[in-house]
This record gives sequence, C-alpha cells and structure tokens, in this order.
Amino acid sequence: MRYAFYPGCVALGACPELYQSTMKVAQHFGLELVELREASCCGAGVVKEASPELALSINARTFGMAQQLGLSLMTICGTCQGIMCSAKKELDEKPAVREMINASIEAPEQRYRGGLEINHLLWVMLKDLGLGRVKAAVVRPLTGLQVGAFYGCYILRPSADVTFDDPFHPASMEAVIEALGATPIDYEGRIKCCGFPILLEKAEIAARMSGTQLLDAQSHGADCLVTPCPLCHMSLDIYQKRAEQAMGRSIGLPILHLPQLVGLALGYSAKELGLPRHLVPVKTVLQKIGAAD
Amino acid sequence: MRITFAIQRCDPETDREPYTQEFRLDVPWRGTTVLDALFDIRQEIDPALTFRYSCRSAICGSCAMVINGRHTLACKTLVGPEIERYGPTITLKPMQNLPVLKDLAVRMEPFWDKVRAVTPWVVTEGDGQGVPATQPPLTRQTRAWLHNVDACIMCGACVSTCNSMEASPGFLGPAALAKAYRFLADPRDRARSRRLQALVRPDGIWDCTRCNFCVEVCPKDVKPMEAIVRLRRAAIEEGLTDTIAASHITSFVDVVKDEGRLNEGRLPAQMLWRHPIELAKTLPLAARMFVRGKVPFPWHPPLPSIRQIRRLFAHWIKRSTWAS
Repeated sequence: MRYAFYPGCVALGACPELYQSTMKVAQHFGLELVELREASCCGAGVVKEASPELALSINARTFGMAQQLGLSLMTICGTCQGIMCSAKKELDEKPAVREMINASIEAPEQRYRGGLEINHLLWVMLKDLGLGRVKAAVVRPLTGLQVGAFYGCYILRPSADVTFDDPFHPASMEAVIEALGATPIDYEGRIKCCGFPILLEKAEIAARMSGTQLLDAQSHGADCLVTPCPLCHMSLDIYQKRAEQAMGRSIGLPILHLPQLVGLALGYSAKELGLPRHLVPVKTVLQKIGAAD
Repeated sequence: MRITFAIQRCDPETDREPYTQEFRLDVPWRGTTVLDALFDIRQEIDPALTFRYSCRSAICGSCAMVINGRHTLACKTLVGPEIERYGPTITLKPMQNLPVLKDLAVRMEPFWDKVRAVTPWVVTEGDGQGVPATQPPLTRQTRAWLHNVDACIMCGACVSTCNSMEASPGFLGPAALAKAYRFLADPRDRARSRRLQALVRPDGIWDCTRCNFCVEVCPKDVKPMEAIVRLRRAAIEEGLTDTIAASHITSFVDVVKDEGRLNEGRLPAQMLWRHPIELAKTLPLAARMFVRGKVPFPWHPPLPSIRQIRRLFAHWIKRSTWAS
C-alpha cells in the first residue's frame, strides 16, 4: 500500500508527535508513505476567507503532485481532509472551474486532472488496511481504557463533501478504538467544535467551547480523548488550561492523536510516540494500560 | 410498524428539569413523517404534548426540532429511514440555543430579534422612497446569489445547531448573518458600509467558529457559513481590518505566501503585534510549548518551490472579490 503523503502544517510544526507516531504506525503496517515535501498549506478554511480561488488553486497543485506520482493522497489532519474533500468536489464536478484554476498553476505537471482519491489515515485503516489486520497486530490491548472519540468538524462536515461517516452518528473512530481493545464512550461533544478556529481572536468563546466538550466527555467516563485532527489536539491539549479557567474547574483530560492510541496498542513506548510532548500529562492513560515505566 | 418515540418534555411553569417520556406507537408505513407520528401521539395518547407546525410540507419552517441528534424539520423526516439507520427508538428534543416554551416548542423571539438586528431589508437613498428609476436591473448571477439565501424558511435549525452560539448566546448566528449577507449582496442597497461596521462588532461575523453545522443541517441548502465567509471577505475589502480576527486571515495568507506552509511559531506574533496585551497573554503558554518542543522556529526557510506558490497568491488575491 503506497500513498502520496500530505502531513499538513501542524504535524510539521506544533504537533511533531503526530508525524512521529504516524511514521511508527505506517511502518508497522507496511504503509509506504511518499511525502509531498513541496506541497503547500491546504488553506485550512482561512485562505478561502481571503480568496476561494486561491484556496482551490493551492489544493489543485497538491492534488496534481499526487497524480504525478500515480498515488492516492493520505492525510493525517481532519481539517486538511475536510478542506481537500471540499476542494476536490468543486474541482471534480465543475470542469470549467478546474480549467480556470489549472490555468493559474505554472508547472503543467502539477495541474489537477480530477478524480483523485483522498483519504485520512483513519479511513485508510478502515478501508485499505482493514480492522482485522489492526486487531491482529495488537500486542498491548487497551483493555479497560475508556476512550472518547473527538472527531472535530472537518472530517465530518459538510457531509455532502466529506462522505465517509454519518455526520451525526459517526462510527469509524469507535470501530478503531474497539479494535485496539479499548472501550469507546458516547457523548454529545464528540462531533462538536473544539473552538480552534477562533482561539486567538475569541479566546473566551473558544475556551468555553472546548471546556464544554471536555467536561461532557469526562462526565461520561472518558479516561482520555483521541482525535484525528491536530487542530483539535492543540485546542484540547495545549489550551486545556484556558478551558479550565473558563469553566472554573480542573479537567486534566489527556488528549491523544489517533496514531498515538494505535501505537500504544501496537506496543510502542510513550516516548516513541511523542507522548511526553503533550501539555496535559498522559500518565493516567499509561498506568491504566500497563505501559507506565 | 411499531416504534418508540423518546420525547424530551418540559413545561417550564411546572417542571424544574426536562424529562424524557416514551411513547409506543403503530405507524402505518415507513413513509410516515415524524410530524404525522406526533399528531398520532397527541390524538391517541397525550393531548397535552406540545409542538409547533403549520404547512406540513417543508415550506413554513415551523416544525424544526432535534430528531435523533439531527436538527431538522419533523415534516421532512420519515420514520422508516430513521429506524433503519438508528434503531427502533426515535429521540425527539426541542431546538437548542432557544428557550423552551413547552415540550418541543421553543420561543422564537431571540431568533427574530437577531434577524431584525441586521436590518433585513434593502436600504435605498431616501428610506421609504423606493428604488430610484435609474437603478440597473439585477443580473442573472446576482439574482442567483440572492435566491440562495432567500430560500431560507427561518426554521431555526442552523441556530439550534450553532456551536458558537452554544458558547456565546449573544452571537447573531447563522440565520441572521445569512440574511445580512443577502442585503449586503444586493447591488441596490445603499447601506453597505454601515452594515459592515455593525457586523464586525462583538457577537458579529467574527464569532463564527466555522464548525459547518449550519451548512450540514439547513433543509434548504442556504449554506449560512458560506455567507459568513463572504461577509468576512467583504469586511476586509472595506478596510475593517483592525480586529484580531481580520488580522488572523491577512496574517495567515502572508505567512503561507512567504513560507509555503503555516508556521505556528510565527502566526500568533504576526497576528497580535498590534495588540500587545493579547500578545503578552500568549507568552506563558508559548514558553510551556517551547519546553515540549512544540514551538516551530519563527523564521522558517520557504519551500524550495515557493516561487510557484507565491505566483498563485499574486494571481488570485488581486482577482478575488468578496462575492467570489
């Protein structure tokens, strides 16, 4: 299984542990990742606010690079995945738009021909790898660990563009959590927004948003949350202190990236998966699964 | 087929807390709507069950509620597909982010107040004087844009599902802002500047967290969030760029144009340098992140192919307009 790999800005920046743990998991399952080192940012929905055509063009260029390799694209960021699904839909369904956008791309080999497949690591695990192989590879079952999936927005919505899961009752993350031996918990906040897009400009609102989802998960018995989106990770982990201040109580809920949770079940150490980089300590999780040193 | 409805009930005058009551009911066929079933429950089981409705055909926007976690119209939701997908119990709750009147009916006053607050009509030169005779007719394209938002039936589903409003009840919200966009986009309107200045205030366009829930639930495909994105673009074009939120967009674009990728070591500083108090507030956290190796070096060399990327930025930024 070979993929054109688009790590996204955050895995190369503020969340290097996501990149690190993805590499471990991919290697373990024999996923060959050809990294698109020259690909730009996907725009994260922000570039679109300045210019929708610009947002389409930077993504079309990335799609063209994957097509040049003859590979489908794999992302590890829920936001990149959603933005790219929407861009793909627009470019695939409107040939005139695609032509106009392609005309602005300098290198002819980077122009997008349409029809590219784009999958998040989560979807690759379910569609290409299969849960059977995931289950068979588990050497440290996460038995007894209660895990809340935190999907974030873009990997679910709008479902007209992002078609993998049911937008109100998604099940893909829970399926993976179960395959690893852990127990998924159900809570309303699992499909809600972490507040990241307005974290700097509307800090109070963002903190109440993430705080509400964190407390919701905790009150339903979550030992930790796991997310397919590093932007959610930043909001829920790095900024958890602010959420605590906004809600007027301590929370201390560990937040894991999806490949970190998988990696723990595959037997990798906390250090190999970059867990010591988190701002909210993950010690309670490690103790619960017998991985504490 | 026999199904169960788990309905959240509450009479704020007598009940301290909402509670869930189950009703078992035979429905004639899978094409029975949730609204039809509610009529049956009221006819056969509990005459006091309260819900709002009128047209029964997805036009009036009266019967929005939360059905199996989805904010949608009861008259547009068939029981068959619901139970096939989610099991034999259908849960019904009143809309969120609006006060409960009784059971499944909510008070719509806060909704209307916010719509009114955006001046939901075309403002012409002399108010009340009508459109001047010299006004050019609307182009087909303009009419299409306006039509999309005019399709709104004011059901409130987008407001009910809005994550920003949940955290900040004062937020104008998706329905009112979509309306605001509709009148800003009208070429006959003469209040553009005044409208935008009002919309960039707290509780306005910058409070949207782009969670996409409003786009997801709208029964008429109005895509309110897309309208908010256009309003933001319009505000920047109008020169209303002194908010941190506007600077988020311009700084983000500058950083990606410069380096090819986003650099979280640089974006906050670039966004906030004109807001020193806010910048200072980020420093303790930045220090904690730095210790964990989570702060990328703020001066990152650009991607080797940066020239190609900058060309795209140069090409499109000058061609895009707020209505793109």
